Amino acid sequence: MQVKQYFKLKENIPSRLYIGLGLFSFGALFLLWCILTYGGHVPALFLPSPTDIAQQFWLMVTEMNLFSDIVASVYRVSAGFLLASIIGVPIGLLMGSFKIAEGLVEPIVGFVRYMPASAFIPLLILWIGIGDLQKIAVIFIGTFFQQVLMVRDVTKNVSQELIDTSYTLGATQKAAFLKVVLPSALPGIMDTLRITLGWAWTYLVVAELVAASSGLGYMIMESQRFLRTAGIIVGILVIGLLGLITDSLFKAAYNKMFPWLQGGVE
Amino acid sequence: MTAIRKEYLKVIDGYSQKAEPKLKVHHVSKTFAQKGQTITALQDTTFDVREGEFVTILGPSGCGKSTILKVIAGLTEPSSGYVMLNDRRIFGPGSDRGMVFQGYTLFPWLTVEQNIGFGLQLKGMAKAERKEIIEHYLHLIGLNGFGRMYPNNLSGGMKQRVAIARALANDPEVLLMDEPFGALDAQTRTVMQELLLNVWEESKKTILFVTHDIDEAIFMGDRVYVMTARPGRLKAEIPVPIPRPREFSVKTSPLFMQLKAEILELIREESWKAASEVGSKGWSPTTA
Repeated sequence: MQVKQYFKLKENIPSRLYIGLGLFSFGALFLLWCILTYGGHVPALFLPSPTDIAQQFWLMVTEMNLFSDIVASVYRVSAGFLLASIIGVPIGLLMGSFKIAEGLVEPIVGFVRYMPASAFIPLLILWIGIGDLQKIAVIFIGTFFQQVLMVRDVTKNVSQELIDTSYTLGATQKAAFLKVVLPSALPGIMDTLRITLGWAWTYLVVAELVAASSGLGYMIMESQRFLRTAGIIVGILVIGLLGLITDSLFKAAYNKMFPWLQGGVE
Repeated sequence: MTAIRKEYLKVIDGYSQKAEPKLKVHHVSKTFAQKGQTITALQDTTFDVREGEFVTILGPSGCGKSTILKVIAGLTEPSSGYVMLNDRRIFGPGSDRGMVFQGYTLFPWLTVEQNIGFGLQLKGMAKAERKEIIEHYLHLIGLNGFGRMYPNNLSGGMKQRVAIARALANDPEVLLMDEPFGALDAQTRTVMQELLLNVWEESKKTILFVTHDIDEAIFMGDRVYVMTARPGRLKAEIPVPIPRPREFSVKTSPLFMQLKAEILELIREESWKAASEVGSKGWSPTTA
């Protein structure tokens, strides 16, 4: 066994080694955390120990209604993200298929895209108050414009030769769109949704940090106010976990939907 | 010209007088504007293809031979001239002109079966009937048992076989083939040439086949149109009086060699002319 063979450019390594490496880096990080906290090298105010965090988590579940915060956040993310997708994906498809649609929409979307969604928060509070709808609107603004442009690019990249082929097989424009452009763009659209869902979570936390009375972002903000550092970390970990779950759901759906993509995702 | 060749040409002449032209390309040209300049992709081109004929167009890359096919397929508008199929002028693409491209154009999200049945489904054909036709063509291209596979699992040669089956299953009036074996390795290419000839003899289709490979053009075609580049135009029509069915072995026969020499001479002449015109810019026959 030569160690050298594992350091070849882009060369594959045994999958057991690959998984082992991932576990090792996770374990090393955890070990470092334990040494720093249990060893008393860092004050608990800055970095609580694993036990502190587990205790805090239990306290939040049993007495501070962590689950209602989770439900509130998941509801807002889902609503904002779905609304953006339902409108954004068709518009992106049209823009990628018809120059006339692109000419009409591109300038606006390209401009608004560079306006930070978080900067809209004061305006949105003024317009629609501080309820759920305002949080949903922030998420919508943060994801919609990106989705439109990403789906447009995906649609534009559909091979012209495949479309031409369908024409020579007797397809009308409509049939070419439904039977070639759409299925061809679908994996890319799923990728876009997967990426923008991650962004939706980011905007959710931003939205809940301002003028909120529920949700994970609010909980994090409250913890900071009372110097409950463990609470902040619990909030971050919960969001990370939720992200991991939705991402694996997406991955599973992707593999199920596109068996024809050899090797699936990653 | 040798005596044997003359004898064959007589036979071909007799045949051509009987058969009506099925496809007529009438004074078709194609120009396009690029950076304010008008570039001629295809000069005034006229030729026809008869019912059941296998015609090849031979030319270097960039000579506009793909443009001819795209115009016939209705995917590109000609700048002048028109195309007639069965004495009717064609406008736009249609299932009466099937096409096989050089690149792999199977729909990757459909199985082999679904790919072959794509055009039939568009026509609204019933599933049972569709299945029968798909089975027939799977058998014809020698891919029995591969029907449920996705294209990503197939080799390049297999993909092109399915593309041929897909085009034929639609029962087009003419089959247009744009260097369909261009991306395949030499061995697979040879196998595919023989396979296509068998399929052609079985299906009695009219085929217009574009290639840059001299051997392929002669081996496959009843007639070879030789094209020249920049601007692209038809330079000569060479009948191929090699009897059918043709086996791979004819590629080393004296008649084949003679035809090849003739065509090489034609191409060389043209390359020299082009080279002496723009030679100072570094253009050479090999980069054409």
